[in-house]
Order: sequence, then structure tokens, then C-alpha cells
Amino acid sequence: MPETVYAVPNIPTPNRPVIIDAIICTGCNDCVEVCPIDVFIPAAERGEPPILLHPEECWYCGCCVNHCPTGGAIKINWPIQQRGYWQRASTGQNFRV
Amino acid sequence: MANWHDYAVRGRVPEWPYPIRYENEQVIETDVLVLGGGIAGCWAAIAAASEGLRVVLVEKSATIRSGAGGPGCDHWCDAPANPSSKVDPDDWAQRLASANGGYANGIGRQIQCRENYDTILELERMGGKIRDTEGEFKAAEGYDEKTKFVFSPRSNPFHESNVVMRVWGTTFKPALKRECQRLGVTIYDRVMATGLLNEAGAQGQRVVGATGFNNRTGEFTVFKAKATILCMSGSAPIWTFDTELAALSTFRPRTLSGDGIAMAWRAGAELALLEKSERHRLGGGHKHHWYAGAGDASYENVPLVDANGKVLPGGLSLPHWGRKSDPGDGRVGGGAWEQVREGVLKGEYELPIYGDFPAMAPIERNVTWKFLLREESGTKIIVDSYEESGFDAAKDRLMAYQLLEGTSPPQWREIYRGVERGGVMIDWDLKTNLDGLYAAGEQLFVAGDHSFAAATGRYAGRKAAAYALEVSHAAISREQVAKEKARVYGPAKRTEGIDWKELHAAIARVMQWFCAEYKTERLLKMGLESLNEIEQRWVPHLYASDPHKLLRGMEDLSILNYAQAILHSSLARKASTQWLDFQRIDYPEMDPPESNKLTTIKLENDQAVPGERPLNYAGHLKKNYEAHNRDYTGVWKG
Repeated sequence: MPETVYAVPNIPTPNRPVIIDAIICTGCNDCVEVCPIDVFIPAAERGEPPILLHPEECWYCGCCVNHCPTGGAIKINWPIQQRGYWQRASTGQNFRV
Repeated sequence: MANWHDYAVRGRVPEWPYPIRYENEQVIETDVLVLGGGIAGCWAAIAAASEGLRVVLVEKSATIRSGAGGPGCDHWCDAPANPSSKVDPDDWAQRLASANGGYANGIGRQIQCRENYDTILELERMGGKIRDTEGEFKAAEGYDEKTKFVFSPRSNPFHESNVVMRVWGTTFKPALKRECQRLGVTIYDRVMATGLLNEAGAQGQRVVGATGFNNRTGEFTVFKAKATILCMSGSAPIWTFDTELAALSTFRPRTLSGDGIAMAWRAGAELALLEKSERHRLGGGHKHHWYAGAGDASYENVPLVDANGKVLPGGLSLPHWGRKSDPGDGRVGGGAWEQVREGVLKGEYELPIYGDFPAMAPIERNVTWKFLLREESGTKIIVDSYEESGFDAAKDRLMAYQLLEGTSPPQWREIYRGVERGGVMIDWDLKTNLDGLYAAGEQLFVAGDHSFAAATGRYAGRKAAAYALEVSHAAISREQVAKEKARVYGPAKRTEGIDWKELHAAIARVMQWFCAEYKTERLLKMGLESLNEIEQRWVPHLYASDPHKLLRGMEDLSILNYAQAILHSSLARKASTQWLDFQRIDYPEMDPPESNKLTTIKLENDQAVPGERPLNYAGHLKKNYEAHNRDYTGVWKG
């Protein structure tokens, strides 16, 4: 349980269109510059991952992921309600992204 | 760090990371000004710069990937001038211009059919990949040994035309940006164009430049130009606003907000067919629904089956190779879906529906899954996500959502799903009724897709350059600039009021109530009054706490102007027509012959003035194209 409970407003949704791995991310901000919607802002500290400031505006085009020079520092995170299904043809079993 | 809780834990909210320069003003002078750096805009800039002129490109996003076609493109459509084509470009253009009851853009189509093959060859020289030079898909249907092109069955039900090429479109936008830079085009990224400047500041007069602001710093720029080309999208979310659906049915990014239509309207440019809208279909037809909507282009060769693997009746995806069926049947909402729906209700087919990738020949499966779906705009991330989750196209069927999701309520409308929609009216030079103002790509009425945007952008750049060589700069009106500055910075000066989301939702609701399925003179006029009320009562309370939110607020003002123009246009069409999905309860007769025309609308002294043109106003396409392009040399020699 958290030690301190803060009084904060509800967050907009979808609120996490991408997940950034802070260990892999070099803070190069290539994703900030390529994003067509400008959902990120650079962190104040050099080398830190960018801040996802406007997550609910994301277009899910994947340009940030595709342009990431480290390959793997940033991953798309589809909203649960929009994750697609598929069926294994041989068994009929269903799976979901 | 992304939400309030993160901020609380860190103990502080970050400051805006860019310098704030509200009301700083710079003045830039150029020969040709291109507004919008998507596909059409980049091509327009390249064509004008190739003529040796100074060119400025203004893009509110990032040119390297901006626009609907920025992330990629899987098909180069309607390229009948390619050497393996089996149809005549002029015949093909005429066929396209005759579609949809003649509510088409014959000029744009003729340009596309004559010049988009030249365009793609230039793109190849810039570094765009258009041929299977490695022979990876050599065994696939449609592979052309001579050219190494991989042709699509799209627009090609009998495998006889070879007019649609499958392409590696993720390579296109970076190549176009590099070419712009190589030619010395000055690119202003993250600058939103807000308004056109007329000579003497008078609506309807020559366009002599534009204004814009940087959506990171807030800095204002006045662009002075001899010629200006509008290359922004005609699409915008006029009837709906819901961030919950951000990743769903979003073939168009949020940044497409009709800015070009709005500024053209305010400047006095003539707009055509703005009354067109149609019901939004959530369950298919738009690409980003996890590629679960058959009828989508990339399902052109994927067979559809029910939950038990039973093949659905023919025509549900675009025709398979060698299958002779009507391509029209394959579109979502076509007759074949009614057949499936009835079968489902009777128990003949069981939901859900799947795209049966495992049933495909491996080479054809690879063409779709490993090639097209990785190259189309914004879809590489989708196929990658499936594969990372364990999906194997050789073993797994991809679920489709038709019928499960159905169609939206009738008042949730969109400007277009296909191509029949409104936009800027142009002549054979892609020039508007305003001197100095040109338009291309989706900015045009009844525009086409990626190759249409590219070819018309290139053409408009050429024509605007020729105009710019003949004219001098005209003075801008400081009064008009001051008025625009006041409009742009109003929201930035307030610290409370209504935010951009509330304003957008308010406009959308008015359009749902007064300009949707039920249209009458009374309802449309109520809609106009309601939008005017929003403009006068609520817009003065719009506030934006940083330049990014100011961008979104200004987009809302574009949407508001666009909606007003739509209502004027809807009032002007006093008839119902199936071709525009337009039904007036007070004019119930469908498509009376005297109503088969292009409705136009423009502002004169801030009053909406309707007009009309015959559907075939472009005249004889081949003759008129050749009369306007005597010096043009391309691959097609006639």
C-alpha cells in the first residue's frame, strides 16, 4: 500500500499508449521529434526518458517505436478494449494481443 | 512520468520545456508557400523548388512522418501510364471521373492517371522503394518480371489492367523530406498555418501569404508569398469527439482538422460539395481497427470464414486472383454483407468472422502479412504487436469485427470513408478562384488517395511556380495580421474558461443534432444559429495553458468554420442525392435530374454565397489536360 495517498484528478484515457523502458532509453528524444501528434515533451534532465504529456491524443501510428534508435526502449501499449483477437486454425482456440 | 500521480510523487509539475515566445513575430518572404507537409505538400514543394524558386513548407507536425500517408503506403493506385498497364490512361481517368454518379474530380483524376507514374519514378530516384528488386515475391501473382513491380488485384477484378502497384511506402516520406532539403526547401515543422492573407486584407482578393504559430513556442510568423498552395487534409472529426476511440477507426490522425478548408473559406475561396457526409462505420472500412475489417485493401486476397472455418460468400474481400466478381461487392456495407447477416441470423454462419491467412498460398500470405501490412500507413506496429503476442499467419486466423460492432448511430457521421466528399474548387491549373492560391491532394473536392495526393501536389507545385515567376510580391495588410494575431492568441491570454475538448464536443453535438440523418431547412438553420452561438458565446472563453493546447484549440476553431461551411452547403443543396448520402426531408425526391450538379459555396463580405457547376465542368479531360500541359514531358506519349 502506498505510504502517502495524494488527492489527484482522474487521468485521461487511454493514458498509456506507449511504455518506455527507462533503463534502455538513452533520452535521445527521437520519439519526441518524430511524433506527428506531439504527445511527448523532453524531460528536463538530459538523458532521461521523455514525458508522455498528452497520451489521449495518440494516433497509435507507431512512428516513435519504429524510429527508436535503441530498438526496444519504447513499446506500443494498446488500450485493453482495442486489443485484437485471433484463432488458431487447428484447434479453434482464441487468443488476444 | 505521465499523469498527476507521478507528478505528485515527484513533488512538482514540470515546466513547459520549450521557450515561450507568444507574440514574437518573424516575417518570412518566399516565392512559393506550401501549407501542409504531407504527401501533397512535399511533392508541391519539390516541384516548385525544382523550378529554381524559393520555397517554404509549413507543417504543424513533423514532416518526416506527418499526414495520413506519413507512416507508410501499401498501394500506388490508378497508375495506368506504367509500362505493364493494359489500359489507356485517358480511358482510366474518364472511368474514374464517371464513377459515383459523376460526383468526381475529373481534373484531379486526369492528372493522377497521366502523371502519377512519372511521380513514382521520381520517388524511386529519391530513394523510395517501388520494385521487388530482390525477387522476394517473384512467385506471387501480380509479379511483373520485366519491371519487378508487384501488381495488386485492386481495381483489377479480371487481372487485366495492372494499374495498382504494391509499394514499400514506409520509405516514401523520409525520402521526400530529404529531397525537399536537398533542393533547399525551408521547412517549418511544428508551425500551424492559421489563416491566409488577402491583398489589402480583403476577402476574395489575391492571396499574398499566410500566418502561422509555432505550437511549441507560440511564436507567430507571417509568410509573404507570390503563390500559396493549400495541401492540408479535407478530413476532420466534425461529428464526433471521443479520445476513448483514439486507436480505433482512426485512419486519419487527430492533426487533420480541416485547417485548409477553414482558412480557404474565410479568405473567400470557393468550396464544393461540402454537404457530403456519411454514417461512421466502426466495424470496418477504416484501417486501424486491427486490420479486422474485411473490405479493407489489405484484405484483398484474404479469404473470410466464419467461426467454424466455413467460407463466407464471394465478394467479401476484394476479388481474389482469378475470381471474376464485382469489386463493389467487397466494400463494407455492400450487398454481400446483407447476405452474411441473414445467414448469421438463420444460423447458417456463426460469428465471429476471421481472415483465414492459413488457407492462403504461402507466397500470397507473405505478400499481405509480411509486405503490405508492414508498409501501409501506421500498420507495421499492428502486425508487430500481433507477432509479439504469438500470432503466426501460417497457423492463425485474424478476427474481423463486422456485424459484432455494426454501424454507428446515424448521427455519428464522417466526411468520408471513400472519396466522394467536399473540398476546394479548382481549375485546370489546380488554382482556386483566388489569384495566387492553389490546392492539391486531399484539399481538393472528391480527392483520391496517396498517389492522387502525390501527383496533384507535384502538378500544383509546377503550376504555382510558373505563376510565381510572372508576378511580384504584394503588400500584406498589417490590419489583417493584427486581427489574426488577436484571434490566435485570445485563448493563450486566458487562464480559465472552457478547454479545447469541451469546445470540440460542443461543435460535434450540434452537427449530430442538426446536420445528420434528418435534414430540413429548419434544422440546418438551427444548426447554423447554434454554431454562431458557440462562436459568439463560448469561443471567447476558450483557453489554452500552453502552445500545444493552443494548437488543439485553434484546430477546434477550424472545425467550427468547417462545420459552418458544411451547413451553408447543405442549405444550398435543395435536393436529396444518394451519391452524397444526402437526404433532405423537405426535398424527398432522390436525384431529380436538375439537381445533378456540384454545389459550391464561398464567402463574399462574410456572407455565404452559393453557386453551382455542372458535374462535367472539367470538360473533355484528355483535350483540356493536353491544352494546359503542352510542355510537359512524361513517360506516357499517348
